[in-house]
Amino acid sequence: MESLTPWIDTARRWSPLLGRRLLQALLVALLVGTLCFFMTRWLPGDTAFRIAAGRYGYDMVDAAAAEAVRAELGLNRPALAALTDWWGRLLRLDLGLSLVTAQPVLTEIGLQLGQTLRLSFWAVLLSVLLGPIPGVLAGLHPGGWFDRATLAFSVMLRAMPPFVLGLVLVLVFSVELNALPAAGHVDHGSVALPALTLAIGLAAVSSRVARDAMVAVRGSAYYAFALTKGLSPWQALIRHGVRNVGAPVVAYVAVQLVYLVEGVVLVETIFAWPGIGHALVHAIFGRDVPMIQGTALVLGLMFVLFNALVDLACAAIDPRRRPQ
Amino acid sequence: MVTALLALPLAALADPGHVHELTPASADTLTVVGPWELTGLEPSRSGFMFTRMEVTQTLLDVDELGRLRAGAASSWEVSNDQREWRFFIRQGNRFHDGSALTANTALVSLQRALSTPGVLQLAGIDDLYAERGAIVVRLRKPFAPLPYLFTQYSTQLLAPSSFNATGRVTAIVGSGPYRIKSITLPQMFETEFAETWNGDAPAVRRARYISVSRAETRALMAQSRQADLAFTLDPPSIRRLQRQQGVSLVAQNLPRTTFLKLNAAHPFMRDERVRRAISLGVERDGIARALLRDADLGATQLFPPALAQWHQPALAPLRTDPAAARALLKQAGFTPGADGILVKSGRRFAITLYTFVDRPELPLIASAIQEEMRQIGIAVRVVVGNSSDIPAGHRSGSLDMGLVARNFGTTPDPTATMVGDYANGGGDWGAMNWHDAALDAALARLATGAAPAAQQADRAMVAARLQASLPVVPIVWYRQTIAVSSRVKNVTIDAFERSYRLSDIKWNP
Repeated sequence: MESLTPWIDTARRWSPLLGRRLLQALLVALLVGTLCFFMTRWLPGDTAFRIAAGRYGYDMVDAAAAEAVRAELGLNRPALAALTDWWGRLLRLDLGLSLVTAQPVLTEIGLQLGQTLRLSFWAVLLSVLLGPIPGVLAGLHPGGWFDRATLAFSVMLRAMPPFVLGLVLVLVFSVELNALPAAGHVDHGSVALPALTLAIGLAAVSSRVARDAMVAVRGSAYYAFALTKGLSPWQALIRHGVRNVGAPVVAYVAVQLVYLVEGVVLVETIFAWPGIGHALVHAIFGRDVPMIQGTALVLGLMFVLFNALVDLACAAIDPRRRPQ
Repeated sequence: MVTALLALPLAALADPGHVHELTPASADTLTVVGPWELTGLEPSRSGFMFTRMEVTQTLLDVDELGRLRAGAASSWEVSNDQREWRFFIRQGNRFHDGSALTANTALVSLQRALSTPGVLQLAGIDDLYAERGAIVVRLRKPFAPLPYLFTQYSTQLLAPSSFNATGRVTAIVGSGPYRIKSITLPQMFETEFAETWNGDAPAVRRARYISVSRAETRALMAQSRQADLAFTLDPPSIRRLQRQQGVSLVAQNLPRTTFLKLNAAHPFMRDERVRRAISLGVERDGIARALLRDADLGATQLFPPALAQWHQPALAPLRTDPAAARALLKQAGFTPGADGILVKSGRRFAITLYTFVDRPELPLIASAIQEEMRQIGIAVRVVVGNSSDIPAGHRSGSLDMGLVARNFGTTPDPTATMVGDYANGGGDWGAMNWHDAALDAALARLATGAAPAAQQADRAMVAARLQASLPVVPIVWYRQTIAVSSRVKNVTIDAFERSYRLSDIKWNP
């Protein structure tokens, strides 16, 4: 029993934080799904026609075909009944069938989410390699030429919309150098350009956060003490600098995940990456309400999940942030 | 510095062995990219992709000029009363799972096609069954274009093993020269040569189709040689690819026309002179040159040259003459108001034009037409909505004017389409509240096959009536342009978009 005590203690300390995140996830699920439901209902045009057009091509669809789709999918049910039905199915973790493909939404999202997570993983990894290192180096000599140059590049790259950045990268690495696939997801190295497009946007800001954190660390008393007690600048940086710079950078990455989520939608479309953002865009065009609700829900939950993971990562880096 | 930073992590992801060569997955595989997504396995949804990639066959096929030829059926015949058709299934054909393609196995797919929205609904089919090696179709009334309906993708033939116990399609087991190797919905599928194919073995043994929604990306894939065939390119990409080494462009006119659908019951547009004035006000060549970047695409009549049997070279072409348009409108009783917009009986000539984004050029063309109409005194409000606005507005009678692109090549003989669109007052994607007894009679004769000798005259008459009365105002035709990698040769485009003709393509040495 005594051996379980530390675990119980840890669980007790962490449970308020995890409980808050769980509640957040539930609220996000409810809000996102409901908002999507009403937004798709308020879109102009006839849903049955749009769905039929998605299935058969727009000029193969006449009023009779649209009516057949309306009857098949129960689209003439009152909005409240359809919404209540969706809430009920959500509780049973059943997101329904795609109106266009007739496949279970959960199955489709499962396939697409894997691709999105693959892309996001590489994007975050590349951004961690590209952003904080030049940021820390710039922070060691604030106001120097490297600091000013990274500032200029960061502003330029963050200001550039992902679709422009993506096209520039394709022109350089696919068309000119013929080194990487321009689009798709099966060819070797095909994840590189979409991941890099996302990573550059993330890295542009995280490098500045790392730079500011490094400037703060460098001006701190503990850093000065580390140098005074005889550590070399490199030893002081590794032992006392990096860890203290890490926490704000990781916290900032959480804020930047908004960029990642919005970027995924655009970047997946540009690079024909069959992820969840790509699916969301096509579901909106096809007025596929269950798919829109399902994909938006998963994107919202991903956001909550990433925030929770960042909380854990910050606590791992900085003991002062651990719940007492 | 930035390049160096970028290059470092990329080195880990790039394929170091193929820096200047194609990726290994595509080295012996022909890669086709297009905008169409696979929205499922149902033939009525994404079936066109499987016929285009030559995985599945239909009962019949068509040649370059749209003339019928044998497919899975070797021959066909019709009864004297024109109501019973027999399609004799070719002997010795096998599906990719090794099972025989017989009338009974073909019937399963055709009965499914009959129960879903699609071309078979146009024919008035009373009964469909298999008998003595033939598919028998009984019609409620004669319908001459019936064989053409069996060239359409939704009637493709799948093996019984394609369906599960509830009748849902769970696999694509066709009978074409290629069989499915893998499918990743909604984006791609791979094919390979099927040993069950009893025709000539193609030079291309493996192929894959990748759905890429953005035209710029498709062009870039062709430019970087990731794609061997890139379909549906946008005008800026076409211009860029014209200067690109290692890529050539192949173009083909398709039987698709963009036109203005006019409500002929509108108080102003019921007057034929007004409809002619609208037509005279449209600057077709300018739209074709400036927006489609192809000066040849200005429509001179409804039927493009790609519809060889319906296009009438002798017909006086539609022309642009704003001065003549203004004169016609004056003759029709309109006078200019204070703001230059015409007025008649105290009512301003202000109408709404609906269009949609399924074809990206439509909103641009609508904006050009808005300005051209303003110049002849008609105020047009453009609403860019979605494609359902057109049939919905047609049904409710609320549509003034719609800008649509109509595919006359849904089946190689557009008679069925024409009957639905123009006979008896018109249809969702054709005329609206417009009646022409002579045209109705001609279309009825063509549909029933009642006067085989007069068919060409009937088609000419239909084209002439539409040109004179203008229930729809043709704007531009359409040309499919594809980018072709220098790795391959012998690439041609099927005007009826039934096949990519992969089995005809050869590798360049």
